[in-house]
Amino acid sequence: MTSLPTPQPGAKKLALVIDLDTCVGCHACVVSCKEWNAFGETGPLPEFGPYQSEPWGVWLNRVHTFEVGDGEDGRTVYFPKNCYHCEEPDCVTVCPTGASYKRAEDGIVLVDAALCIGCKLCSWACPYGARELDGDGGVMKKCTLCVDRIYDENLDEAARIPACVAACPTSARHFGDLGDAGSAVSKLVAERGGCDPMPEMGYRPVGKYLPPRSMLPIRATDESAAQGSRSPNGFLRWVDRVLSR
Amino acid sequence: MHPALSIVFFTTSSGAGYGLLAWIGLLAPIGALPLTRPFGAVSLVLALAFITAGLLSSTFHLGHPERAWRAISQWRSSWLSREGLAALATYVPALAFAGLWLLDGTGMLWSACGLLAAAGSIVTVICTAMIYRSLKPIRQWDNAWVLPSYLMLAAMTGALWLAAALSALDVLRPAATVLAAALVLAAAALKMAYWRSIDRNSAVSTLASATGLPRNRTIRPLDPPHTEENYLLREMGYRIARRHAAKLRRIAALGGFLAPLILLALAWVLRGGAASALLALAAALTATAGVLVERWLFFAEAKHTVALYYRGEPSSDAHSLR
Repeated sequence: MTSLPTPQPGAKKLALVIDLDTCVGCHACVVSCKEWNAFGETGPLPEFGPYQSEPWGVWLNRVHTFEVGDGEDGRTVYFPKNCYHCEEPDCVTVCPTGASYKRAEDGIVLVDAALCIGCKLCSWACPYGARELDGDGGVMKKCTLCVDRIYDENLDEAARIPACVAACPTSARHFGDLGDAGSAVSKLVAERGGCDPMPEMGYRPVGKYLPPRSMLPIRATDESAAQGSRSPNGFLRWVDRVLSR
Repeated sequence: MHPALSIVFFTTSSGAGYGLLAWIGLLAPIGALPLTRPFGAVSLVLALAFITAGLLSSTFHLGHPERAWRAISQWRSSWLSREGLAALATYVPALAFAGLWLLDGTGMLWSACGLLAAAGSIVTVICTAMIYRSLKPIRQWDNAWVLPSYLMLAAMTGALWLAAALSALDVLRPAATVLAAALVLAAAALKMAYWRSIDRNSAVSTLASATGLPRNRTIRPLDPPHTEENYLLREMGYRIARRHAAKLRRIAALGGFLAPLILLALAWVLRGGAASALLALAAALTATAGVLVERWLFFAEAKHTVALYYRGEPSSDAHSLR
């Protein structure tokens, strides 16, 4: 059913919270997402011409890199982008077959590959580009929040997190229940002023971004600049002279 | 947006078919059309052929055409589903209308079928337009001119094919010519208003709103997330050069509106006969070809918000094509 479930008070809203301050743009989340989801529930995630000159394929998580500010003030921000499991996802409501759905119990947005006709309309309806067509299977693929991992009781409890979160070396990716104001992720969002991508679209993303803590330019301070220009005395001066020969 | 030829052909062809079916279904029951069997056969077969060819073509872009039947299930939320349902439902009164006409059963039931087929045609075209109109990430589609343009272009091509069918049987009446000409002018006005609207409005979303990064800083894409193209860029990142768009708009306007108007006027002047029939046919053909170009541009000029992440805000986004 592609109509959205009626929101229940206190219902779980699982999603990712991504810290743009600590992300170093290593793409480990991208690779681990591909590795986990190429098999199991979501798979395959095909590659086209993998050993040829223009390889391309289906990936459910992508890290963009932006430059913010000009010249000396410029600073690099890594921006991992994946599905935000929106509260009002048009990608679900436009689906003509009932393949796309939003789960009432935890808010995860999924595609039932057995019902998908590959009409691509959901990918047009997503402002974020979170859905990619599997051209081999003729069906749409998207982030499942590793639904086949986070509920797997055969795994250690600590391992029941999405593959991208597990892979992140700087803990820039956080997973949890944003429907619970007391959860660690909700507190993080409140503390750090977590924000929605494209709030003007009205999709109400559940996943959030934590903005970089400081956008101030990184410059040499006056003190360190002055120290650098001062000439050394005594032993250091002698070393400097010896090495300068 | 990537202009998939199957969809461009589908909306043009079935638009013309539904337009023609609607005009016959409305005008025949009130006695405004000749109720001869040849006219009924030619015009309705033409309408149903246009509709069916378009619908079949629309399944060619699916990943699983054999599952297309599933698409009629989600009419509560999906305009695509509603379109499928309306398209299938319209066949019932349309086929009954055609059957009764050919069996000389042109009574009350036949009239009712005609009116129902017309209503179904209009509803189907509305659903088609709403598929695009309801997509918020594409500002060239989420635009108030989209629905009236789709309806008017379907009515226009339908009326031109009606005029062509009437003159082929040498029964073209002035009223049909005037109707077609008036619709050409109305459709041209709507399309110009649409083009002006998308040229003047700029996108609501910016790279700052898309990322939550400070609005008072310049934000530009530095490194792409992948070295080659991907589905998003192929499907949603289609770009057309501004000068090509401007040229294609002129081609669409000349072929879709101006040429049919001139050809119709010539057909009028000749007052019947083979030459007149050929001119009316040419008017319908050039108009349909013009709408094909217009529909291709409707996709090619549409910009999806996902392109922001890849290309930032090109200064050409708020460009004007004049």
